[in-house]
Amino acid sequence: MTSRLQALTRLSGVAAALSLPHVDTDQIMPKQFLKGIDREGLSQGFLHDMRFDAAGQKRADFVLNQAPWTEAMFLITGPNFGCGSSREHAVWGMRQLGIRCVIGASFGGIFSDNCLRNGVLALVLPDTEVARLTRLAQDPLGCQMALDLPTQSVYSAGDGRTLRFELDPLHKNMLLHGLDAVGMSLLHAQDIRDFETQYLAAHPWVQPEQNHPTR
Amino acid sequence: MTGRTLYQRIVDAHTVRPLGDGGPILLYVDRQVLNEYTSPQAFAALHAQGRPVWRPGASLAVVDHVNATTPVRNARTMVLHDADRARQVQTLADNCARHGIELFDMLDTRQGIEHVVASEQGWVLPGMVMAAGDSHTTTHGAMGALGFGIGSSEIEHLLATQTLVYRPQKNLRVTVHGTMPPGITAKDVVLSLIAQIGADGAAGHVIEYTGPAIEAMGVEGRLTLCNMSVEAAARGAIVAPDDTLFHYLHGRPRVPQGAHWDAAVAQWRNLRSDHDAVFEREVSLDARHIAPRVTWGTSPDQGVPIDGVVPDPAHEGDAQKRQGMQRALAYMALIPGQALQGLPISHAFIGSCTNSRIDDLRDAARYLRGRRVASGVRAMVVPGSSLVRAQAEAEGLAQIFQQAGFEWRQSGCSMCVAMNEDHLNPGDRCASSTNRNFEGRQGAGARTHLMSPAMVAAAAVTGVLTDLRSLPCH
Repeated sequence: MTSRLQALTRLSGVAAALSLPHVDTDQIMPKQFLKGIDREGLSQGFLHDMRFDAAGQKRADFVLNQAPWTEAMFLITGPNFGCGSSREHAVWGMRQLGIRCVIGASFGGIFSDNCLRNGVLALVLPDTEVARLTRLAQDPLGCQMALDLPTQSVYSAGDGRTLRFELDPLHKNMLLHGLDAVGMSLLHAQDIRDFETQYLAAHPWVQPEQNHPTR
Repeated sequence: MTGRTLYQRIVDAHTVRPLGDGGPILLYVDRQVLNEYTSPQAFAALHAQGRPVWRPGASLAVVDHVNATTPVRNARTMVLHDADRARQVQTLADNCARHGIELFDMLDTRQGIEHVVASEQGWVLPGMVMAAGDSHTTTHGAMGALGFGIGSSEIEHLLATQTLVYRPQKNLRVTVHGTMPPGITAKDVVLSLIAQIGADGAAGHVIEYTGPAIEAMGVEGRLTLCNMSVEAAARGAIVAPDDTLFHYLHGRPRVPQGAHWDAAVAQWRNLRSDHDAVFEREVSLDARHIAPRVTWGTSPDQGVPIDGVVPDPAHEGDAQKRQGMQRALAYMALIPGQALQGLPISHAFIGSCTNSRIDDLRDAARYLRGRRVASGVRAMVVPGSSLVRAQAEAEGLAQIFQQAGFEWRQSGCSMCVAMNEDHLNPGDRCASSTNRNFEGRQGAGARTHLMSPAMVAAAAVTGVLTDLRSLPCH
């Protein structure tokens, strides 16, 4: 069960804040970056129109273009970040830019699942904690944060606090060991076969071959 | 023992096994649809591991996102000049051939938007679980099924195992009371709901729609409703199967026939929530009070009735929401207090997996007969599938659209997602029957107002956002 993914155990670095609500995956990875058949070369596309102007120049007033946040590894987001399209390109590009942990009050559901599959932690925290981390992340001198996945905690250097968070044990395990979900599920192949045999017998219309499609 | 919701019944019937104590389960999936832009990476990962496709017959592949919608479709016109898009289409064809998966390619008479094709073919049936690499897979809840969108890594998982690692969601019941007034459609109902509960209002939940207005609604309206439920962050949206649905399904190509049909319907009639089922949340709407809706902002919850005005961010108490509103108003070039009615448009678009079916085209055509698209407006119709297009031509609808000055195009996702050459330019303002008014969605710098197909038709002929109730229809 080796994986192309890197495990995520500890992470220490700069946090950037992007507190707009409902930043959708069309903004996170615009359509011109969806033309490939692989997962590569997407860092340029991440939040493209926020980071670059129409002439392709970096927007000096955007947080990810300003030191120290050009090196951000954490992104503190507004609610529902990653809503909209299922495009996993949004997570591939974000990760390629170096962001391995997003923290918000809520995330787009498919985006959150996609993060998990790519060694990125999408951490949901209460509004008050997200507001605190947002304030800290806006301070160039206080925006250092550290994630410790084994103890399920986030340390914020700006106020010296350590916050414990809840995480599904299965998800934690997948991130910690960079596990290949397909390989894990195939360990249950016999269970799937047994279920399928019974299920298809009880629902004979599910097997398309028996439907005699008329063309 | 307390009763179960319809959603819980479907999940229980598809649970292969639990996965640890945290709540995730291994969920069996009946069928999936694949497209050309989110599946290549899934197949590539599968091939890299040397894994076979678990059940090739569970997949149907359709080209829809990147194909051209040029009015004439043949082997010559459907050569994609963009090498990247051509490669996506070719890769899908290669992967389907390699694994024995059925493909509706660009020249297939059944080609269309994956979600339109799936219901049209009877590919999704009551009680099924359906997943696809497209967020609007919630559409299929109108079939009394559970449908939801997944990313490419999960497509890989699905192809390899015919299951997903799934976390059961909470239950949200949306009851729509009353009868819908004339001219009001499912689109107005769902835009009202999203404005009421917010773009994240159904996060972590699967919606079950119920109530007199839903019972009276046709299947195509229910498809619209379930389709756009994802814009309120729902992870699924279901309408319990009934005779309206069975009538819709009967005789479709992938639907069981004869004795199989009778046995299936007998089972499907049991697919409903128990009377004592527990819904974690309840929301209700009164259809009698729903007006034609339009959005003014860049999130689907930023909408008002057509006779409303652009709201003032200064009155929004939540700082984050206020910031979002201000950004949206700047992008949309609107000012607080401005009336939506009378706002000039440059484009009118009828299409998308939300609103491109035959009922949608009939609705729109009623406002076009004997009228012309206003000067300075470019108006397009992109039917949801090639079969919808053919039916509309047989019914004379195509002629109505064309005589009114609409472009009558071939099917695809087209200008809803603007991944082919159909897109708007910066500053264009479009009355659109689509599902997302996001920044740049229909083209960089383009401004989208979401509304029903009939409202798009009304705007097209007047050149401004218009209350269709003020326009006599035929």
